[in-house]
Amino acid sequence: MAVDAATVRKVALLARIAIPEESLEPMAREIDGIMSWIDQLNEVDTDGVEPMTSAVAMTLPLREDVVTDGAVVEKVVANAPKTIDGFFVVPKVVE
Amino acid sequence: MSALTSLTLKAALDGLKSKAFSSVEITQAHIDAVAAARPLNAFVLETPEKALEMAAASDARLAAGSAGPLEGAPLGIKDLFCTEGVRATACSKILGDFNPQYESTVTANLFGDGAVMLGKLNMDEFAMGSSNETSAFGPVINPWKVKGGNQSLTPGGSSGGSATAVAADICLGATATDTGGSIRQPAAFTGTVGIKPTYGRCSRWGVVAFASSLDQAGPIAKTVEDAAILLTSMAGHDAKDSTSLDVETPDFASFVGKSVKGLRIGVPKEYRIDGMPAEIETLWEQGIAWLKEAGCEIVDVSLPHTKYALPAYYIVAPAEASSNLARYDGMRYGLRAEGANLTEIYENTRAQGFGAEVKRRILIGTYVLSAGYYDAYYLKAQRVRRRIADDFDQAWETCDALLTPTAPSAAFALGERMADPIAMYLNDVFTVTTNLAGLPSISVPAGLDANGLPLGLQLIGRALDEGTVFSLSGALEKAAGFRARAEKWW
Amino acid sequence: MSKENTIKGRTGDWEIVMGLEIHAQVASKSKLFSGAAVGFGAGPNEQVSLVDAAMPGMLPVLNKFCVEQAVRTGLGLKAKINLKSRFDRKNYFYPDLPQGYQISQFDQPIVGEGEVLVERDDGSSFVVGIERLHLEQDAGKSIHDLDPNATYVDLNRSGTALMEIVSRPHLRTSEEAAAYVKKIRAILITLGTCDGDLEKGNLRADVNVSVCRAGGYEKFRQTDDFKHLGTRCEIKNVNSYRYIQQAIEYEARRQIEILEDGGTIIQETRLFDPTKGETRSMRSKEEAMDYRYFPDPDLLPLVIDAAWVKEIEASLPELPDAKKARLQTQYGLSPYDARVLTGDGDLAAFFETAVAGRDAKLIANWIINDLSGALAKDGLEIANSPIPASDIAELVKLIETDVVSSKIAKVVFEHMWAGEGSPAAIVEKRGLVQVTDTGAIEAVVDKLIAANPGQAEAVKAKPQAIGWFVGQVMKEMAGKANPAAVNAILKARLGVE
Ligand SMILES: [Mg+2]
Ligand SMILES: [Zn+2]
Repeated sequence: MAVDAATVRKVALLARIAIPEESLEPMAREIDGIMSWIDQLNEVDTDGVEPMTSAVAMTLPLREDVVTDGAVVEKVVANAPKTIDGFFVVPKVVE
Repeated sequence: MSALTSLTLKAALDGLKSKAFSSVEITQAHIDAVAAARPLNAFVLETPEKALEMAAASDARLAAGSAGPLEGAPLGIKDLFCTEGVRATACSKILGDFNPQYESTVTANLFGDGAVMLGKLNMDEFAMGSSNETSAFGPVINPWKVKGGNQSLTPGGSSGGSATAVAADICLGATATDTGGSIRQPAAFTGTVGIKPTYGRCSRWGVVAFASSLDQAGPIAKTVEDAAILLTSMAGHDAKDSTSLDVETPDFASFVGKSVKGLRIGVPKEYRIDGMPAEIETLWEQGIAWLKEAGCEIVDVSLPHTKYALPAYYIVAPAEASSNLARYDGMRYGLRAEGANLTEIYENTRAQGFGAEVKRRILIGTYVLSAGYYDAYYLKAQRVRRRIADDFDQAWETCDALLTPTAPSAAFALGERMADPIAMYLNDVFTVTTNLAGLPSISVPAGLDANGLPLGLQLIGRALDEGTVFSLSGALEKAAGFRARAEKWW
Repeated sequence: MSKENTIKGRTGDWEIVMGLEIHAQVASKSKLFSGAAVGFGAGPNEQVSLVDAAMPGMLPVLNKFCVEQAVRTGLGLKAKINLKSRFDRKNYFYPDLPQGYQISQFDQPIVGEGEVLVERDDGSSFVVGIERLHLEQDAGKSIHDLDPNATYVDLNRSGTALMEIVSRPHLRTSEEAAAYVKKIRAILITLGTCDGDLEKGNLRADVNVSVCRAGGYEKFRQTDDFKHLGTRCEIKNVNSYRYIQQAIEYEARRQIEILEDGGTIIQETRLFDPTKGETRSMRSKEEAMDYRYFPDPDLLPLVIDAAWVKEIEASLPELPDAKKARLQTQYGLSPYDARVLTGDGDLAAFFETAVAGRDAKLIANWIINDLSGALAKDGLEIANSPIPASDIAELVKLIETDVVSSKIAKVVFEHMWAGEGSPAAIVEKRGLVQVTDTGAIEAVVDKLIAANPGQAEAVKAKPQAIGWFVGQVMKEMAGKANPAAVNAILKARLGVE
């Protein structure tokens, strides 16, 4: 099995999602099932095929360097779980 | 006032314009219908006061002769759209009571044209699902039931609330979004019309992102013409979305009713899949016959990479989603859980805030992007995606549009497919190809199956050729003469 | 391989090898992907748009000016401009990273390989290869000291455009590293693409340090194979030349000690603590980073027009290397003076304003020594010099025309620095005009010889002793006597050659 409990543990840490120890194994089985189904992609010959990263054949539009936004502190922190003096207050980060 | 709620959007707009009734009247009728339809669980937030306020303003504009194209028409808004001052949750616990300080471009376009908002519509959490069962607010119940049965059916997903609200006549039309089929499959399951336009037609600004390269907004409506009217308002270039197409939006309604004589309709043989109910096959044949009668030429085409669309989608969409949903971290808005340190706070917040399907997709997405797997999965999927898009380009050499079934089954019972993710994913087998290729596609109700449940046919057009899609779906709608409505049990 | 690049260890000689990642803030008005203002000193979250705060459904739109500055800088680094590039997401969680990812450029940066010529203090020079320059977003700021139990987050800096300039591992000593940063800074300031303000963090360096056995670097240069180099550690965000040097020296010693004790170096990110002069590990080891780069699906490929690049190229100002060469030929300056004037302080413009009609060497000396020294002491940049270039020119003119001696000019300069006005006015007001009147000098000389017959005899025997009389005359005349005149008169009177 390609996706095992250890893989799920590692991926869950990267994704910052707590998964109880006892759920790692069932989750691994489930994801492994999906990945095995996805593996049928290997039947497709994609040699020399340019990966398609966007659905539109267009290039990136550019905007002028003008200040059109900002100065909306109340809107920025309107939904904050905790805020003081315009700052977001978040759990203590220890560096 | 059930007469007002059973009107099509077009008929309602005509009535409003001719002052047969006021916006406040038709809005109140819908507010009452919404309240009466709570057993369907289509709305997650009703905004009657706001609706009446907007309706009164519409009436003033109608009286002043400054009415917009949608003036006074009450609509439902999928909860994926951020609506200024009105809670938006994407039907996830992680957003808590998020109160957007901004209006999505699509809803701003609609309201700018005079539309009235009845409230926010239920959906699968972050639009991830095909049965509306992943919503933090519980599933939506399809107004349709099996003939003589009483089992609750899914309206499909993720825009299950939108499809249900339109099918149950509790709004004149609704906004929806489609990442892998989330407009078209629920439209098919509820006997409504749903169109996903060309990628880039509708701005994604202010729409909670699921998979950025696939997400497109579109309407669910009672008729093809209604869908055309709504899309005309929703679409348009938006400089705030770098993927928005800088093209004119035609009056899509003007294409409905146009002759389709001489158009070449491709029938892709790869859409005949194992295990598809015979009735769907039959309906498809019927659709082909209707278009032939309308003067179309039918051609056989091949889209050889069709079967790889779903697995490619289940790499691309989760990968993008895993990154798009990283912002839900409990720091600036939404749910914040307790924890012993920062990492634990993140982990607990996201474990408590996201539902099982969303977590599953974030994990898959994180996995396929992680070191050592990127090339094997993500790049491979994007290459397959290119092949799928190339298949369509090939097809356009011999046809002008494609006709396929919308979904491989009719609406199924709630709970029936929740245990098997792949079985659930297969709902989107016919719809997901056009998300990958960015093409416009519509689902039109075409008939009922033996159980009395609606079935839809899908028309797919060239990029930016919604006009042809609307002409053909108008012809199909007319030929099918689909008039059935769900029997009111709520 | 020169000996000075090696460090003696207990078990033999080691070499340091370094590559730098310089983050230079683009001098734009608005952010890289939003219309919020870029600036310094605004209140918390005042320069934040809903895009910068990563509200649901918000989308990035690229700033054209920032693209232009990246191209400009790329041209200044003689680098390849990639007409097609791409933005990618670098995914990680941190409270001051609102999106949960940084929009950066991973495998298709806007600028490719280039090179920079860097001079050492001794005048010798070396070439540093540039690997790439890419555009990316800055993060917000976490403030840890306002509350013992919480961290405050200000997103004003979040989304500000940075150019990350990545060098090849071509730096060998801490002095070279500092000189390289100075050179990059000079180029950026000349181009106007970044203000180069180290103190505000508008220019910051990440230093990748590794050590290897003597000879390893040479093998690396011959083969381009990193196996000849040691495992590197990245020291993040060092924002002064002095700290860069301290951090490198500490880190190299730390690595050598580990290796000599038989240990191995773990590739990691480290932080320099200026108060202790040490580097320390930033992230716990079990949290190995996996950034999961992938193309940002909210953005399309960035395609720039070759004609636009040509246009930008045509508008480039004279770069430090070219300017240095010109200063040497046009004004006859020494390589040293020309290098200092074109260094990261950008004194050249000041010099060229002052030099018209004056002695170039004198002007250069006054700017390089007196003015720069005074500016440095007060922590000022040449752009904020309280003394205008025209006053330096006037001062030198006073010297050239013998109005003041060089020595008195120093006194005049002190008064200029104190803000007392133009040099001529100061000389006038304070009576500092040099005495060239031979009569007045002769009178003083005669008086001193008469008063000191013994000293006069001594000078006749030993002419070098004349200096004592010069000093006395100067003292008597408050330093205002023309030194040449004093010398000539003394020699005549004392009868020495
Ligand atoms: Mg770096
Ligand atoms: Zn960087």
